[in-house]
Amino acid sequence: MGQVVLKGINKFYDSVHAVVDVNLQIRDKEFVVFVGPSGCGKTTTLRMIAGLEAISSGDISIDGNVVNDLAPMDRDIAMVFQNYALYPHMSVYDNMAFGLKMRKFEKAEIDKRVREAADILGIGDYLKRKPRQLSGGQRQRVALGRAIVRHPRVFLFDEPLSNLDAKLRVQMRVELKKLHLRLGTTAIYVTHDQVEAMTLGDRVVVMKDGLVQQVGEPLELYNQPANKFVAGFIGSPAMNFANVTVTEANGSLLAENSGLRIKLPDETAQRLRGHVGREVTLGVRPEDLTVAGAADADRPCFDAVIEVVEQLGSEILLDMKVGDGVMVASIEPTVRVKVRDKLRLAMRPSRLHVFDAKTETAI
Amino acid sequence: MPQAPRPRLRLLEDERWLALVLLVPTMVLLGMFIAYPFVRGILLSVTNSRVGVPGEFVGLANFYKIFNDGIFRTSVYNTFVYTGVTTVFKLSLGLWLAMLLNRNFRGKAFTRAFILLPFIIPTVLSTFAWKWMFDPTFSVLNWLLYHFGLITGRINWLGDPDLAMISIIIVNIWRGVPFFAISLLAGLQTISPELNEAAAIDGARPWQRFWHITWPLLLPVTMVVVLFSVIQTFADFQIVYVMTGGGPANATHLFATYAYQIGIGTGLLSEGAAISLAMFPILFLVVIIQLLYIRRVEVR
Repeated sequence: MGQVVLKGINKFYDSVHAVVDVNLQIRDKEFVVFVGPSGCGKTTTLRMIAGLEAISSGDISIDGNVVNDLAPMDRDIAMVFQNYALYPHMSVYDNMAFGLKMRKFEKAEIDKRVREAADILGIGDYLKRKPRQLSGGQRQRVALGRAIVRHPRVFLFDEPLSNLDAKLRVQMRVELKKLHLRLGTTAIYVTHDQVEAMTLGDRVVVMKDGLVQQVGEPLELYNQPANKFVAGFIGSPAMNFANVTVTEANGSLLAENSGLRIKLPDETAQRLRGHVGREVTLGVRPEDLTVAGAADADRPCFDAVIEVVEQLGSEILLDMKVGDGVMVASIEPTVRVKVRDKLRLAMRPSRLHVFDAKTETAI
Repeated sequence: MPQAPRPRLRLLEDERWLALVLLVPTMVLLGMFIAYPFVRGILLSVTNSRVGVPGEFVGLANFYKIFNDGIFRTSVYNTFVYTGVTTVFKLSLGLWLAMLLNRNFRGKAFTRAFILLPFIIPTVLSTFAWKWMFDPTFSVLNWLLYHFGLITGRINWLGDPDLAMISIIIVNIWRGVPFFAISLLAGLQTISPELNEAAAIDGARPWQRFWHITWPLLLPVTMVVVLFSVIQTFADFQIVYVMTGGGPANATHLFATYAYQIGIGTGLLSEGAAISLAMFPILFLVVIIQLLYIRRVEVR
């Protein structure tokens, strides 16, 4: 079992309110990712679950028992640190065995578990080496090994991949996912990388300034962001935003600003009935923009001037000037475009996001 | 066209000559203040020279003489006790202090600077203050103990051979702890706090974390600090000279103070040199053993 419940968790550092009233139920076997920019309170939350940081108010319970006042060792959790935190003077074997030795396991059982974990992680050949004789990826595996030999209720990961190079990071990401499928242990994972969050998480918790912005499955966050921050944070390249004024003409709604004048599709218009004459923020993802053809006459279209063309092979990213603002579009790699070209682009009508210009929440 | 540099400057462009030129100041200093006195000491110790008498070569007669000298034997014994006892206390107190100072608290920087005071004050000055505190008549220690009702008469701190030894040991510990504390604190700060957190999650209790994580990682620093301290304590002079002058009845002499008393006080230069030199093989051995050990620890 490994069910973690956070109830009204707060953390104050002197006058700084680092974590604000976090409520969350993490189910057994679930992989939950906390994601957000640095200083958003995600690591502090994780450290409070680990017991490395005191809780200012609220309750944390694991499998129904409140663990607020339990020492880290009594919470039956294992943690993987950003810098691995391997004991430099111990061999790989001893690093993995340390937690079991401290818990007074039989020698034979320790040996069995260490070798089992080493097998799973493919580090069986390095058991006698010291951490500094290993590469970054190997150290990361040892850190994982140290966590899994313990068979804890919950794994805690504090940005475990951020010290690896890009290629290795992608590889380890896949292995982490496989490992979780294989072990089925509840995992709480902290990262600032939204791609890691999307790919690893069963559910993702987006945080900013100590506040939870949205909790949901990855696609839910992508398709229905609760506010402008989540919309901009999830997805790469980031969503385009334009502040527009909603106007009414001939019974249909228009969104206008200096360079944009588009007819809002019915579904969006429904939601904006009450906002006529007011300013809202329009959001559209780069991948939801296409070069407008004859068939797109009834789609919301606009004109743009290309400023930068980024060829990625599988797609082309266009940095464009639209009126006074800029937008990014991701288009088919077969389209021939060059800098300073004028282009007419169409939006996928069902993929239009609208946010309140002041509160930034989704409308 | 640029002018070719003059020949003398060109000579310095040759790395061998440049190295020699750069080494000369150090070599001169080491030669004048360490090698020359050392060699002179050896030469002196095999003569029978006294103040005003150049002396003749007498072989190892001086060494033979001092090894049969009861006071010399006491000084050797004292030096070992003095070094051993103070090092154990300085290390344990210094480590304890370093661990306390390594925590976060208000006024941390101030406290760290304050701790260094015994180390900064000139030893002779602070030792005089201690001498007053141990004075048979004016002792503030006696006054305190008396008023707390722990003693009824005066304790003659520096008049009793054992108490005098304990007194100089206390002063040496007091003076040496800051060096241990600050050096070990510097060592502690190189140990990532994450290691202790990882160990805490792994189930290690505080003393287990100290024993399995902090102590082994601090060991190289500890060895260097102990090495320095042993060398300095072994050859200590000032504290004993000021506090007891080697008394009462030569009971607290160390190598250095006895060598001074014989060589300068009595004027038997060659015998004094022999006493000083007797320290050398022991210290040499200590240094070799510890350096080998440090290397082994660092290779791990």
